[in-house]
Amino acid sequence: MKTIKEKHSLIMRWTHWVNFPILTVMIWSGMLIYWANDEYKITIFGHTYVRFFPNWFYNLLHIPARLAEGMAFHFLFMWFFTLNGIFYVAYTIISGAWRELVPQKKSWKEAWLVLLHDLHIRKMAPPQNKYNAAQRIAYTAIIVMGIGSVITGLAIYKPVQFYYLTWLCGGYHFARIIHFALTLGYVFFFVIHVVQVIIAGWNNFNSVISGFEVVNEESKAATKE
Amino acid sequence: MSNPKEDKKPGTGASVQKQINRRNFISFGTFAVLGTAAFGGWKSLYHSTIETTGITGGAHKPLRRALNKSELFFRNFFSNNHLVKTYPKSMAAKKVRQNTNIGSDSKLDADNWRLQVKKLSGEVLLITIDQIKALPKTDLVFDFKCVEGWDQIQHWGGVRFVDFVEHFGLQPETKLNYVGMETDSAMHPQTILAYEVNDMPLPVGHGAPLRLIIPVKYGIKNLKRIGSINFSNHRPHDYWAEQGYDYYSGL
Repeated sequence: MKTIKEKHSLIMRWTHWVNFPILTVMIWSGMLIYWANDEYKITIFGHTYVRFFPNWFYNLLHIPARLAEGMAFHFLFMWFFTLNGIFYVAYTIISGAWRELVPQKKSWKEAWLVLLHDLHIRKMAPPQNKYNAAQRIAYTAIIVMGIGSVITGLAIYKPVQFYYLTWLCGGYHFARIIHFALTLGYVFFFVIHVVQVIIAGWNNFNSVISGFEVVNEESKAATKE
Repeated sequence: MSNPKEDKKPGTGASVQKQINRRNFISFGTFAVLGTAAFGGWKSLYHSTIETTGITGGAHKPLRRALNKSELFFRNFFSNNHLVKTYPKSMAAKKVRQNTNIGSDSKLDADNWRLQVKKLSGEVLLITIDQIKALPKTDLVFDFKCVEGWDQIQHWGGVRFVDFVEHFGLQPETKLNYVGMETDSAMHPQTILAYEVNDMPLPVGHGAPLRLIIPVKYGIKNLKRIGSINFSNHRPHDYWAEQGYDYYSGL
């Protein structure tokens, strides 16, 4: 028999889906800005492996020569990104939902087992509540990254008025590098996240919109997600 | 949208299914409506009209409003006690980056150059470069920052704007706006009218004979080859703000 199992609160769903388009706009407008001085690349022993970014990539996304526009979009949507983030973090703290989210002592070891399980190397996954150990680490990390983006962003945006933030981020250059690296981190997170959601199936995805999962009582013991 | 209490009493299979359908309908319906609205909102922002060029130009109207509002918010954190970090002279770039020639490409008549300053009284001061050089000189080695994202430690020498104002008795004028900047930023202790770079007179490309060096602003505000200074209660035109950049561009 089917039963309803509550999973995600309305605020969690709201902030999740509001964040998605805002972050997309922030990454896009950030690239319009970055293009004007695109100096980052990965070079090991004199050989450049990755250049951020190749021209075909810029042209494909119509990025070149839109610096002023990029700044204008970036400095509007930064407000939404920050406010939505503050709302989520405040809710998580006040409601106590952080208990399901923040990694526990055992999470670090368990996350490894989850990874082995997800890669089909290990049969059994460790028992879990709302989130498994790997999810706890990943979802907490993404919040820390968000805070990092705001702080490094402010450090580049007002390096004179917020000189202590710039100092905290290791200077103007390093703050800009972290700000950029965090963005790459979001894209990396997004790819893994989407793959995992597809693998986890419809019922799981459904719950981030409806808030609940449908559980078949008879097979309850067998369901993991 | 959802009521967490609803599922506490397990109902019959049919009534649970009804509940599932109802809640899915509401949540997915809301999701679709809000998603469509958000997409529509984005579309209209992306295609919103570009401001007519006046004091500023080139930006989407709502985005210009946001830039100005953000300035007002972050101005609360502005203080003349917040100094730009300075460096030893030895760290200054030997080859100072020159990004554009805009405004410097016409021929400069150095001998006849005068800085024109309009006072409140209507009196016009014509100041020679030697008069300016006679004022106490301030050297500033700081990290010059461009909106493009690059920065460079540069060494500039000139007269602090506050000293300049004091010497020429312009204090009453400082209640007003300055050459495309607010009084606060212009009167910042590190804002200088520079006539030297790396201890040498300014070359034409760097804004000879006199340029503004204002470390609390992006490079686009560091005006080259200053011709005149006006004081006004209204913001004057600004070249880069007309190209869609933030009028204030404060750091």
